[in-house]
Amino acid sequence: MTYPPAPLVDDGLLRPLVRRSSSPSPPVISSRIDSDLLRPLLLTSSRFYVVAAFFGAFVLAGLVAWISQIYFGFGISGIRRPVYWGFYVTNFVFWIGISHAGTLISAILRLVNAGWRRPVTRCAEAITVFALMIGAMFPLIHLGRPWLAFWLFPYPSERLIWPNFRSPLVWDFFAINTYLTGSVLFLVLPMIPDFAVVRDKSTGLRRRIYRALALGWRGTPRQWHRLETAMQIMAIAIIPVAVSVHTIVSFDFSMAPVPMWQTTIFGPYFVAGAIFSGIAALIIAMAVLRRVLHLEAYLHPVHFENLGKLLLVMALLWGYFVFNERLVTYYGNGPAEMTVFFRTQRDSFAPLYWTMVVCNFVVPLVLIGIRRFRTITGCVLASGAVVVGMWLERFLIIVPSLGAKYLPYSFGTYRPQPVEIVITAATFAAMALLYALFTKIVPIISIWELKAGEHPSPALIPPATEEHRLGELHL
Amino acid sequence: MPRWGMAVDLDRCNGCGACVVACHAENNIATVGADEAARGRANHWIRIERYWEGEFPDVRLTFRPVMCQQCGNAPCEIVCPTYASHHTEDGLNAQVYNRCVGTRYCANACPYNARFFNFFNPAWDKPLHLQLNPDVSVREAGVMEKCTFCVQRIRGAQLQARADGGELRDGDIQPACVQSCAVRALVFGDLDDPDSEASRFSRSPRGTRLLEDVGTRPNVTYLARQS
Repeated sequence: MTYPPAPLVDDGLLRPLVRRSSSPSPPVISSRIDSDLLRPLLLTSSRFYVVAAFFGAFVLAGLVAWISQIYFGFGISGIRRPVYWGFYVTNFVFWIGISHAGTLISAILRLVNAGWRRPVTRCAEAITVFALMIGAMFPLIHLGRPWLAFWLFPYPSERLIWPNFRSPLVWDFFAINTYLTGSVLFLVLPMIPDFAVVRDKSTGLRRRIYRALALGWRGTPRQWHRLETAMQIMAIAIIPVAVSVHTIVSFDFSMAPVPMWQTTIFGPYFVAGAIFSGIAALIIAMAVLRRVLHLEAYLHPVHFENLGKLLLVMALLWGYFVFNERLVTYYGNGPAEMTVFFRTQRDSFAPLYWTMVVCNFVVPLVLIGIRRFRTITGCVLASGAVVVGMWLERFLIIVPSLGAKYLPYSFGTYRPQPVEIVITAATFAAMALLYALFTKIVPIISIWELKAGEHPSPALIPPATEEHRLGELHL
Repeated sequence: MPRWGMAVDLDRCNGCGACVVACHAENNIATVGADEAARGRANHWIRIERYWEGEFPDVRLTFRPVMCQQCGNAPCEIVCPTYASHHTEDGLNAQVYNRCVGTRYCANACPYNARFFNFFNPAWDKPLHLQLNPDVSVREAGVMEKCTFCVQRIRGAQLQARADGGELRDGDIQPACVQSCAVRALVFGDLDDPDSEASRFSRSPRGTRLLEDVGTRPNVTYLARQS
């Protein structure tokens, strides 16, 4: 199978990228790509062990907290009637939301063949997989009897009892499993050529391990073509899966007759919020990688700027959804809804609510909307605010509604207990730990994609993108 | 097939709380102690909601006993992933303790907050442990529970009637709360039997259903206060 010779794809990587940067980043020298990007795999400083031990200690503390919750009983958490869901479900929704970074950045930018995506995709896809792994733990952690969680799995039992397919929690189970499978494939597929690079550059045991991981990759045109085709298929398939996952997570709430939960807007509202927080997490991860692994030559200010603009768009979208949700509730003026409305708007939850609005809307608008602040530092600060704000958003959706549900006699409130706080902190540590370990095993920037961007080969460009090239999409 | 229901005459209820105590004794509901109760962890399958109306000194005290409304269209049933919460043929909203994994989703979906979670394993101070009802299972930590309309009494009376070769008459079955109500504010019976007392009360022009606009189709009718 032959393709017509392709014109040179200008990825923008070779051109001067930075329009206003005071310190221009060092240009990428192709001969250094291998050594630069393989360095974290081959050399490990003592600093890495300190960092791993630090985050590992938090994860261990989280495990101890969970075991003690199982041992002593769920009562050591702050959950009480009527607020039966608290920090755990907040974390669940939050981390599933963070996992939307990978799909959007990677799949959509791949489909439109945006050149600047190349150093970004793998960071993003790794966030997806790890955030999903962490998020999917919470339905287990929050169960009263977690050792029976397998009852949600549709297996043929001798009593012919199946899970209740009408329950949104069962939909969650399927959606998250589908998404996790898809995003693991999406992450692993483009890693194969890089495993082959590591295999070829290493010796001994490491060579044997990476030989197995590389799955016999030889770099023949046939293999490249198949990889590109597989990536195209996965990129198209993973987008509807990602959208459906957070819609179904939102169904956990919108399907129950609880004031301020039962609303049709939750599906798109949750998806927008998920992508929003995902981009923020990606910007933070990229900034940390850039600093720690010295990737200044690969992650340029323009990457942060482009992602920052995406973040700004999502901030506006998020603001629209919140305004819409609140206005419709206010206009409807139902007594049960208005009780929850005022609880968040001006009563006990108001400080958290307005912090959320500032973090999610005002800060990104100022730091990214104003061109002078749209630097790497500005983008990272805005992203940090967004991560905090989106966590608060999840919390404020869950707790105030449950605490003020219809009958005033049984109103209640919620105060997190140490076990919940420790487990929440452990999830953030787990994310950092998994990410740190990942950079030691896999080149965090896709080596072959970077090279392909510099030396486009006709075999690498499938016909579909040849015809509709939107490579110059500078968002 | 009967459809079990209850009628609560709010004019008669004086808020004495005998139904709450009787329910605890009949259904092996553990008390949790003052500290846990203050944290909102007390489990009362039936509770007396107390509301004050007006400004001091012109206040009026009203009571409303609230238990599981045994909804015909129950939000708790559809959200349970394991069918622990399910509908019986005679219209009861049943909870299978052994099937419950403790997602607590049913309790969130319940508009009446009539579902309770066992935060710890139940314990009874001596000698209360000697008065446990052998007809009712004890629930372990991590399991949801709620008012069953004393299903053990319903099944017991049905079996007895069949053994005696007779028919089940209206009033043969009395849940613990109904039995203990001194002022007869609570009436239990078959709503599909037009002559039963509960059925007649349910059709009363005074009859209202709690949070009817949520669409749960409760099987408990409250007769509004006239005084």
